[in-house]
Amino acid sequence: MTKPDPTPSIQRRPSDDDVLLTLRGVVKHYPIKHGIIFKTEIGRVRAVDGVELTVRRGETLGLVGETGCGKSTLARCITRLFPLTAGSIVFDGQDISRLSRRELRPYRRQVQMIFQDPYGSLNPRRRIGSIIGDPFAIHGVADGAERKRRVQELMELVGLNPEHYNRFPADFSGGQRQRIGVARALALRPKLIVCDEPVSALDVSIQAQIINLLEGLQDEFNLTYVFIAHDLSVVEHVSDRVAVMYLGKIVELADRDQLYGQPRHPYTNALLLAGSIADPDRARARRRIILTGDVPSPVDPPSGCRFHPRCPKAQQLCFDTEPQLQPEPGDPVEHATACHFPVAPGEDLTVLTPGIGSAVDQPTEG
Amino acid sequence: MIRFVIRRILTGAIVVWLISLVVFAIFFIAPPNVAFLLLGRFAASDQQLVATVTAQLGLDQPIVVQYWHFLTRLVHGDLGYSYYSHQPVTTLIGQALPVTASLAIGAAIIWVVSGVLIGVLSATRPRSFLDRLSTLFALIGLSFPTFVLGLLLLYLLFYKLHLAGVDFFPGGGYVPLTQDPWQWFVHLILPWITLAVASMAVYVRLTRGQMLEVLGEDYIRTARSKGLSERRVIFRHGLRAALVPIVTQFGIDVATLLGGAIVTEQVFGLNGLGKMSVTAVTNQDEPVIIAVVLLASVFVVVANIVVDVLYAVLDPRVRLS
Amino acid sequence: MSASELSEVADLPDPAVPQPGVERQVEGRSPWQLAWIRLRRDRVAVVCAAFILLLVLVAILADPLANWIGYNATDQDQVNGITADGLPVGPDAHHLLGTDNLGRDILVRIIFGTRVSLVVGVSAAVAAVLIGVIVGLCAGYLGPVVDSVLARLMDVVLSFPFLLFAIALVTVVGPSELIEILVIAFFSWAAVGRIVRGQTLAIREREYIEAARSLGAGNLRIMVIDVLPNLMAPVIVYVTLLIPVSIVFEATLSYLGVGIIPPTPSWGNMISDAQNFYQVAWWYLVFPGAALVLTTLAFNLLGDSVRDALDPRTERLFAK
Repeated sequence: MTKPDPTPSIQRRPSDDDVLLTLRGVVKHYPIKHGIIFKTEIGRVRAVDGVELTVRRGETLGLVGETGCGKSTLARCITRLFPLTAGSIVFDGQDISRLSRRELRPYRRQVQMIFQDPYGSLNPRRRIGSIIGDPFAIHGVADGAERKRRVQELMELVGLNPEHYNRFPADFSGGQRQRIGVARALALRPKLIVCDEPVSALDVSIQAQIINLLEGLQDEFNLTYVFIAHDLSVVEHVSDRVAVMYLGKIVELADRDQLYGQPRHPYTNALLLAGSIADPDRARARRRIILTGDVPSPVDPPSGCRFHPRCPKAQQLCFDTEPQLQPEPGDPVEHATACHFPVAPGEDLTVLTPGIGSAVDQPTEG
Repeated sequence: MIRFVIRRILTGAIVVWLISLVVFAIFFIAPPNVAFLLLGRFAASDQQLVATVTAQLGLDQPIVVQYWHFLTRLVHGDLGYSYYSHQPVTTLIGQALPVTASLAIGAAIIWVVSGVLIGVLSATRPRSFLDRLSTLFALIGLSFPTFVLGLLLLYLLFYKLHLAGVDFFPGGGYVPLTQDPWQWFVHLILPWITLAVASMAVYVRLTRGQMLEVLGEDYIRTARSKGLSERRVIFRHGLRAALVPIVTQFGIDVATLLGGAIVTEQVFGLNGLGKMSVTAVTNQDEPVIIAVVLLASVFVVVANIVVDVLYAVLDPRVRLS
Repeated sequence: MSASELSEVADLPDPAVPQPGVERQVEGRSPWQLAWIRLRRDRVAVVCAAFILLLVLVAILADPLANWIGYNATDQDQVNGITADGLPVGPDAHHLLGTDNLGRDILVRIIFGTRVSLVVGVSAAVAAVLIGVIVGLCAGYLGPVVDSVLARLMDVVLSFPFLLFAIALVTVVGPSELIEILVIAFFSWAAVGRIVRGQTLAIREREYIEAARSLGAGNLRIMVIDVLPNLMAPVIVYVTLLIPVSIVFEATLSYLGVGIIPPTPSWGNMISDAQNFYQVAWWYLVFPGAALVLTTLAFNLLGDSVRDALDPRTERLFAK
């Protein structure tokens, strides 16, 4: 993959200290309430449960995990679509985690989102000119003819015919609709774009077009992406660094080549193993060996390491103590893993059977 | 389940209380000239007398006190005396209730049973003659205001038949069930039909739509392939699933039923609660109006609770929400 | 009367779902234009719309029409309009649809009654839908606190034995056309509100609403610009179906003597008067009754066609 690179060397190598976004202990719980008149909280869905993450200016941070691991919730925490339960988010030096609706407005101009569903994310009753012009209207940037000119500029930029200004979303294909979503996100020239599974609803051939578009725009406008996906190959293709999420927590974080070349967390290993096998039947068979059981409920997550009920390497320590996300001995500082017994290079997990999950859980369940 | 029922009863009680508040407020804002009603035109000019009556009724006290008296009397089952006939309101209601109950229950049975039955039949034979006929019927039923239909029935089935020498249908009135069951029945046939037709039309359409949807489901096909009889498939498996929205609709219709009863009683000269309330309104008989409105509200609320509970029994998912 | 018919509208389609069989490839045509094209091809709809248009014309031109016929709504024709026994006269050359017990021309009174029915019916329906949409939108969009208050309010209004209450209310404040409109609107909006709330709750979860919020759009903007257009299809159907319901409601109030007060004619109070004479003067009962039934029928059929045009997938209430 070679791509046009107008300003080489500096821009493509994001430096460690040029941080755009910092998440510290970000927690998002949804309370489950019950009661007749006075509702009491009887439980919480721990969708995001203490996430530490930094995103550097100009990079693409991939975020992977299974469905329900909290990655979309995390995306909506970053864009402040709902308030955090705890923790802080610092963007460009400013803590935005406690800002009011009004105070958030400047932040909204700088952080945009691209959504997963190209059908659901565009209002079917509005013309696309007005949809793409929304950011201008909401922030009072451009009016009338000026707005139309800028919207058509954007349409051209993302590869849409500007003459289709007055059409409705229903007149476009899935890929074209996602381009509309990209144009809308780009309108205010944000610094950060959170892409929440932007291509997973599209055909494979169209996925490549959209990814190329996003990469080209990144170079042109010096954008920073947080790129969420469950497809590991897509993430490998676009990301500079990759974070793996499991049940509301980051379990491994590393440079792309490090993570794909030398995964340390058993969960990452399992994901990669399942994803790297071309034959889907064999993939499923392999995966079953390692990832036994379903993802536990985020309402009542397992104690200690959350992965222990499904982990082939789990021991008593994993049941008792939660591992910290930190570099393992021998790994570069960049490569952090939250595991007591990280996978050694060359170790074959498929020969192991999960021990602790069944052995330790059973007495407590009774 | 019990928690669910308790919650519904509590909210229902709040609704009734709010309605009582509103009724009371209406008559406080624009009170009828009670002294005039009680004492007649002549005495109403006697200021002294008017003041005495007003004081006796407690109408000179602040609203909160009046409302408190009203509530305490209500809790003790005392609804006061009619300004007009000077009888206890409870006695008046006791006389009128059997009439309205006969009318409403009978009509409800007719419309639910025949509506659902016709709906099922036309769903099992879509586009047949019967289906088209039921569609036409629904169309006409929905567009006929209750009182127009009632008067038309009177004109055709009472008057025209009477001219033709057939005196089967009476021209109105009510005979208590305890006095003569057959006459009770004959006197109520036309009112029942009048009250039932519009709702029946709704049920025919609703049942037909639901059944058509349900009969296309996989499990119905499975039931058929198991060799169950067609009747069993339709009634045991199909109708059961289609019943939930029908029950919901019934809850909505209870308020409609009362409105329809007022009109029907007016058309056929039945001395039920509806006619009593219309008379009370013309006479500005405040205690009677308040009592009837409250009674009707309680009825609607209770009916809705019953429907909700039924609904929860039929569809256990509801309880979770 | 109101809620039962409306409930069928509740499952109008989600406009976001692509609909098969719709002319999608047509360039830049809005969903509204497509619906309009479908509606114009529907013969039942065209006939009903023509009839309603005629009614509107009659209502507007009531005065010149009465002049042309030669009687006013309250003129008592003692010569040709009443028999020697003081009974109504049947349809003849002097009075096309006969006269009532006071010798007044029934045709002219029906014409003026049209005005009352349409003014009250349409205004009440529009007002009810307006209130219902605003309350339903707020309940559905503004979150659980607002919702629990407004949803409870709608429950209370729906629990009112509405006709009884309307009668009580009108007696207290005194009958007038305006009061009638307000009373009908007051007891009709909650049914609309409940359905709009349900739809808003569904629309609120859509990604395009999230997209608007992430752009920094305020609640009001989202409700008006993003949610409302998606409610327009059901709203238009409610209006057309609520109009006949309101017309019948008005006629019922007038019939019970708490609506339009004689001598001003309305279909309801004409039928009420006719009740005492139906054995001797069928025309007195039948013609106002027919006017009422035909009008209701036309609006019901049109509403059904409108629903059909806005969403070709749902089954028609009345098959052709």
